[in-house]
Amino acid sequence: MKFIDEYQDNKLAKGLAHKIAQRSTKTIRLMEFCGGHTHAILRHGIRQLVPKMVEMRSGPGCPVCVTATADLDKAIAMAHLPDVITTTFGDMIRVPGSYSSLQQARAQGADVRIVYSTIDAIEIAEANPGKSVIFVGIGFETTAPTIAASILKAQQEKMENFYVLSLNKLTPPVMKALLDSGEIKLDGIVCPGHVSVIIGTHPYEFIPRDYGVACAISGFEPLDILLCIDKLVEQIEKGEPKVEIAYPRGVKPEGNRKALQLMEDVFEIGEANWRGVGIVPQSGLRIREQYERFDADKAFSVSLKPPREPEGCRCGDIIRGAAMPFECKLFKKVCTPESPVGPCMVSSEGACAAYYQYGTLENSQST
Amino acid sequence: MCLAVPVRIVSIDGDTAETEIAGVRRRVSIAFTPEVKVGDYVLLHTGYAIGVIDEAEAEETLKLLEEIASLSEVH
Repeated sequence: MKFIDEYQDNKLAKGLAHKIAQRSTKTIRLMEFCGGHTHAILRHGIRQLVPKMVEMRSGPGCPVCVTATADLDKAIAMAHLPDVITTTFGDMIRVPGSYSSLQQARAQGADVRIVYSTIDAIEIAEANPGKSVIFVGIGFETTAPTIAASILKAQQEKMENFYVLSLNKLTPPVMKALLDSGEIKLDGIVCPGHVSVIIGTHPYEFIPRDYGVACAISGFEPLDILLCIDKLVEQIEKGEPKVEIAYPRGVKPEGNRKALQLMEDVFEIGEANWRGVGIVPQSGLRIREQYERFDADKAFSVSLKPPREPEGCRCGDIIRGAAMPFECKLFKKVCTPESPVGPCMVSSEGACAAYYQYGTLENSQST
Repeated sequence: MCLAVPVRIVSIDGDTAETEIAGVRRRVSIAFTPEVKVGDYVLLHTGYAIGVIDEAEAEETLKLLEEIASLSEVH
């Protein structure tokens, strides 16, 4: 497929790997923010292609994984309300909440449906005028404009039965929270490619400026990731951290202004609760007052028991890059994709799922 | 979740477009990329074209990668 196959060429990958090895003189630690990158890195054996001096850590870039248990519990409670249809993206329904999951709620009679797009959720609402359709809105800046578009569509169509539970999160503020915590030292960040298609380069500029940490935006094919690592190693070796685009066919410095404008129209920025990180200021998107009739948080009230985290699960540490999946005692023993304990094993972008699927002894030893 | 795949625009009708990838056709929203033309490739994410692929940049990157590979063969 065009724009995919040519970025998987083995010979070109070896050339880049050679260049990275030649440049590298010191041990460095990079974080790939995005779970999609973690999966691509493991699937294509990129850890084996780059020198051992370049350590890769998985970051919090998995929207399903970072959804706080309390927020998931709320979505599950809303799913049990009468005449409600809950819609969400696929991985979300299998994530265990404190006492149940959306999948279990469905088994108990709740109407929970997986959708591919917010467009599908709108169509379900149109087809079911007697029901309230709640879209559980998870995602980063890549997805938030699509959720904003659904709210605008619902307003244009004067729909009275479509609601969004906005759990959308912003990526640069959580990067700041991780850097501020000082828990792990990072030399560079592989910045998320498709988030950056929307937001461009500007929101990352504080990272090299204030923290001296290198940034490069990467696509998702193996050559994209190697090119990004090469740029990061170059910045670090020269001591000149900045924000570079290693995915220029997809990302423009200014981002997608139209999508950003839609997000700005519908959402305002507030704090958000991240699994493993806690409350991060300025990292969440709330529905503006003007559109509050579509806000599930305002339209439905549910009573919740205090949230409970699964015992022994280290998803929180893994999300922060403070632990690797194989450092969790439950990994592969109790927690598997068939019977996941935490969200990092459920999601197709979760670090534990990636290491379960593609992890090798060499992957474990290289850290 | 942030997955986006390159698909080719086959036809345009207002703010939706018919797209194709590997023989599979799908209608997508081009509300965020109103500038697209038939034949362009866009990044498709959950039913929306979130960006237009810059073909000149794509070629530039491949050229750069080929240069790097040829240099590594010399050494």
